[in-house]
Amino acid sequence: MFTTPATAGEHAAASVRAGLTRQDRDVAGMAMLATLLFTTLVTLFILVALLAQVIGESSSLLGERGVDFVTSPIGSDPDKIGVWSGLYGSIFIGVFVVLVAIPLGLAAAIYLEEYANAKHRLTRLIMVNIRNLAGVPAVIYGVLGFILFTQWLEPVTNGQSVIAAGLTMALLVLPIVVITSMEAIRAVPGSLRDAGFGVGASRWEVTRDHVLPYAAPGILTGTVLSVARALGEAAPLIIIGAITGLLPETSLTGKFTAIPILIYQWTGRPKPPNSEFAFTESAAAAGLVLLVIVLVFNASAVLLRNRFEKSRVGS
Amino acid sequence: MSNVDTSPARAHVPITHSHGPSMTDATTAQTLTMIDDEPADETIVFDIEDLSVYYGDFRAVTVDELSVREHEITAFIGPSGCGKTTMLRSLNRMNDFIDIARVEGSITYHGVDLYDPEVNATEVRRRIGMVFQKPNPFPKSIYDNVAYGPRLAGVKKRAELDDVVERSLRGAALWDEVKDRLKESGLGLSGGQQQRLCIARAVAVEPDVILMDEPCSALDPIATARIEDLMQEMKETYTIVIVTHNMQQAGRVSDRTAFFTTEVNPDGERRTGRLIEFDRTEKIFSMPEDERTEQYITGRFG
Repeated sequence: MFTTPATAGEHAAASVRAGLTRQDRDVAGMAMLATLLFTTLVTLFILVALLAQVIGESSSLLGERGVDFVTSPIGSDPDKIGVWSGLYGSIFIGVFVVLVAIPLGLAAAIYLEEYANAKHRLTRLIMVNIRNLAGVPAVIYGVLGFILFTQWLEPVTNGQSVIAAGLTMALLVLPIVVITSMEAIRAVPGSLRDAGFGVGASRWEVTRDHVLPYAAPGILTGTVLSVARALGEAAPLIIIGAITGLLPETSLTGKFTAIPILIYQWTGRPKPPNSEFAFTESAAAAGLVLLVIVLVFNASAVLLRNRFEKSRVGS
Repeated sequence: MSNVDTSPARAHVPITHSHGPSMTDATTAQTLTMIDDEPADETIVFDIEDLSVYYGDFRAVTVDELSVREHEITAFIGPSGCGKTTMLRSLNRMNDFIDIARVEGSITYHGVDLYDPEVNATEVRRRIGMVFQKPNPFPKSIYDNVAYGPRLAGVKKRAELDDVVERSLRGAALWDEVKDRLKESGLGLSGGQQQRLCIARAVAVEPDVILMDEPCSALDPIATARIEDLMQEMKETYTIVIVTHNMQQAGRVSDRTAFFTTEVNPDGERRTGRLIEFDRTEKIFSMPEDERTEQYITGRFG
């Protein structure tokens, strides 16, 4: 095989060309791509349809009343009611989740991932329990919150207040915060910890300076999910005792309500004969307000995450 | 001090990093071993006796006796799985982070038992720094990478930090390449530069010992040569222990070599690591006493 005849060379080139240009294997790939694209579009369509429905339903009400709808209290006349009391309650619930569930959950995640002996039976028991807690229905948390916060801790929460509701919601999302934070911390490369320990940093210094900044984007994603969940839940609030009728005043320790409760209530009410707007229109408008709150919470988390991501690669 | 440099071996054969003993230097090495008298006042940094490291029930490595001397480079060589890295990581208690790892026997550091319950492992690591197999700069600027250790130690003044950063980067032969971009990310450097940055980071806390776990295995030959040059300069100031897969590297850079291998564990099925022979590098590479060392050195296994 020291010399090759020209014809043999041409023949070889032709067979190589035939091999390199065949496309038949791509058919399955194209089919898969089409399926994936289709399912993505379906998801997108549902989202867009939902938004269009909510906006369409509420546009005439919001167009006419505008800010008045946001700042008015709840009541029985669909031309005068607003979401103010619900907005107040929902924002407080969001703030409670951020202030209570996130520090607690993050601390637990740091302990379980960085300090606890993962092989120890007690640690494993705790982890299994947290996973199970994340799957407990919201109504059960409502019952727990009712007993714990409106009865046992009544001196602190003053009974059926927004404090009790916020604490219940914090409890509800706590397992989610712990699990997502643990996943984020676990994804931090071991070499980064080694690097810190190698220059004589203590466990806490390594966690503070390297593990948490690296895990921050993942932790923030978890918090976004948990705040959104807490803002959207209605079931526990029904059990805690959210108000659905008249609520002229809003306060930390008094009676409260929240937007999901209002949506639930208004959707089921018939339109009074002499009013301009239907309760369903108010429900849609309240849904839009809830969406805006969730967006505001999420946007601030994304902004924070971008800051952390920038510092992750070094400036 | 200068006791190493004035030892007979050094006086007769000025060993430089690039022309270390090789298997062809047999005659020279033979002369060396004949005149190789240990100076009695040589400071011992680590003294290891009857040491075994376990992962759970599995005994990973056993060392009967090994001592690391000040201002020398001690190399750990041997085939994969012989426990040399495990041994290295026990020297600054990095194995503490493996929940199931356990050490039996004694490792003393300047006469103090490293595994004494009163010993603070963080303080151990502050004095015994480490450079890892894969370059692992912090995802921070070059400056912050080097300044991190000193900052932890309480250095706060900008001028002081600037000084430490420059000195450490010079010490790691990296200063000229990065002095104009100290604010840029350490991850933007090449692999060899990243490893030298890691060395600068280790040096910045002014440790006593630097442990190197196959520091050149992810680097190209030119970057490797630079790090080997660097090690020769560094041993004037520090004591170095290096794990290497590369026998030639051990021959080029080290003063003493410990050869580890695997053997069938008498109390189990799995193979366990053991220190076979520990001596001056020239001796290990020219007239090893154990047959297994010779086989490994001459490339017959491993």
